[in-house]
Amino acid sequence: MKFKKAIVHNWRLYVLMLPALIWLIIFAYYPMYGLLISFKDYKGALGIMGSPWAKPIWKHFAEFFTTSIAGNVIRNTLVLSFLTILFSFPIPIVFAILLNQLNGKRKRKLIQTVSYAPYFISNVVVVSILNVICAPSGFVNTIIKGIIGRPLLLMSSAEYFRTMYIVSNIWQTMGFSAIVYIAALTGISPDYYEAAIMDGATKLQRIRHIDLPLIMPTIIIMLVLALGNVMTIGYEKVYLMQAGTNTQVSEIISTYVYKVGLQNAQYSFATAVGLFNSVVNFLILMAANVVAKKTSDISIF
Amino acid sequence: MSRKKGNDKVFNLVNGLIMVIVCIFIAYPLWYVLIASITDSAIVNSGKLLVLPEKIFLGGYKKILGYKPIWTGYLNTIKYTVAGTAVSIATTVPCAYALSRKDLAGRKLISVLFTFTMFFNGGIIPLYLVINKLGIYNTIFAMILPSAVSVYNLIVCRSFFDSNVPNELVEAAKIDGGNDFDIFFKIVLPISSTIIAVMILFYATSIWNSFMNALMFMGDQEKMPLQVILRNLILSNQASSVLSAGTDMIERMKLAEQLKYGVIVVSALPLLIVYPFVQKYFAKGVMIGAVKG
Repeated sequence: MKFKKAIVHNWRLYVLMLPALIWLIIFAYYPMYGLLISFKDYKGALGIMGSPWAKPIWKHFAEFFTTSIAGNVIRNTLVLSFLTILFSFPIPIVFAILLNQLNGKRKRKLIQTVSYAPYFISNVVVVSILNVICAPSGFVNTIIKGIIGRPLLLMSSAEYFRTMYIVSNIWQTMGFSAIVYIAALTGISPDYYEAAIMDGATKLQRIRHIDLPLIMPTIIIMLVLALGNVMTIGYEKVYLMQAGTNTQVSEIISTYVYKVGLQNAQYSFATAVGLFNSVVNFLILMAANVVAKKTSDISIF
Repeated sequence: MSRKKGNDKVFNLVNGLIMVIVCIFIAYPLWYVLIASITDSAIVNSGKLLVLPEKIFLGGYKKILGYKPIWTGYLNTIKYTVAGTAVSIATTVPCAYALSRKDLAGRKLISVLFTFTMFFNGGIIPLYLVINKLGIYNTIFAMILPSAVSVYNLIVCRSFFDSNVPNELVEAAKIDGGNDFDIFFKIVLPISSTIIAVMILFYATSIWNSFMNALMFMGDQEKMPLQVILRNLILSNQASSVLSAGTDMIERMKLAEQLKYGVIVVSALPLLIVYPFVQKYFAKGVMIGAVKG
């Protein structure tokens, strides 16, 4: 009764919320209902409800795991994601800490502003830039030629795909990801530093004993969130970076779903693969959150 | 004591050096593309182009100016960005305010329903089917509706209201007889220009840059945004299609090379020009979001 009264009392607030709620239902939850087709043999004319159930019900999942490509695609997704976290996650932290130690407020501000500019640039432009600067005539190969004497096919060979993906990812996100750490560092009370300086601590010691412990909660939250996106990252950029010659390492689950789903119109099969991806991703997030909660009492929920 | 001071000196020196390298790493690729777009491509191809443009040649830009698909793409992108941003602001900001009100029944549950979609969603095929069912495939709505609300932005916006609209203000307005609409439109919005600027910036960049939505949900070539045109020109190697037939072979190849650089500049420039003026809102938005996470 109390609840009902509260709703009536605040009806205008619900009206303010209505457009977003409608969006939530149509574009976020209704597609989740559409996940049903991964257990059905979807036929457009019959609709989601009318389409017959797959026999057996896990047919499309089984089909995926028996394809020769499944193992490869899953491995590519995991390797690329974890390599990205391994490199793209710590670098912004180091950058934020070092920037924070730089003398001169204006200098700091300027470097920070430059550092997150690439975040504004679209994946299409980033991959286009990669393509021209890493072409045999681009400056990257001019430098490589100077060192090893010959240019490398950086963008088209499978060998370099992951390196190119990760280096450009660092270029795109380093400054942006550093913003939260810089904010956390600026929030540290100067008293700590003054006391440390009195005790004769060097800058490195101050970083180790003041900066790192105090930004650790932020680091943990960001790590859990990064792990929560482990299977979804970079789908657009990976797709753009694919060349016929590198698909053996560049085909990841989400690009594969796009191709079999929208290009070959195998809706049920592609949805099953996508669902598998989402579930694994969600489980990783949950596991990361549990570990964070156990070890440091920090949770994103 | 002096050893410690010496330590710090070395640290400062190494740190300064690292920062210089970081700046070069970030800025040089952009600079290189810019100078390559105005330099004779013979020099670019020889690998001699490093710091300053040489033998200025603007043939590439002349061709770009005359190549219609780029400008159609531009116009489409501007259309989608303006309309999409307006829709996104109109949905996100009022909802964020409502969710920030502690007296809203069900606020926890609704927040969880939104947050859950950040980590789990139906995926592209079910979304594609929804878009088809609604009959908005290949229309402007397919470009702006599926991503109209970003839950991350919603959380950032709610955090802002949480910490910037004091409860007393709302209570006082209620005592004066204002209803929730009056409070939102006449009291809350006027003191929220910062967050609105942040939201416009976040949404506008993401729509301006979006590529996959167009690829999945649009069909006609004439409706494609700039990103798709750019990708076709550079990544699918159709740069020479910009050149009219009749240009001789060598001239063609020379131009095709330079065109790539020029097209990149033309597509990235608007954002990079606006960037210095809006970047402070960008950092602000991230920090508001970081408070709550």
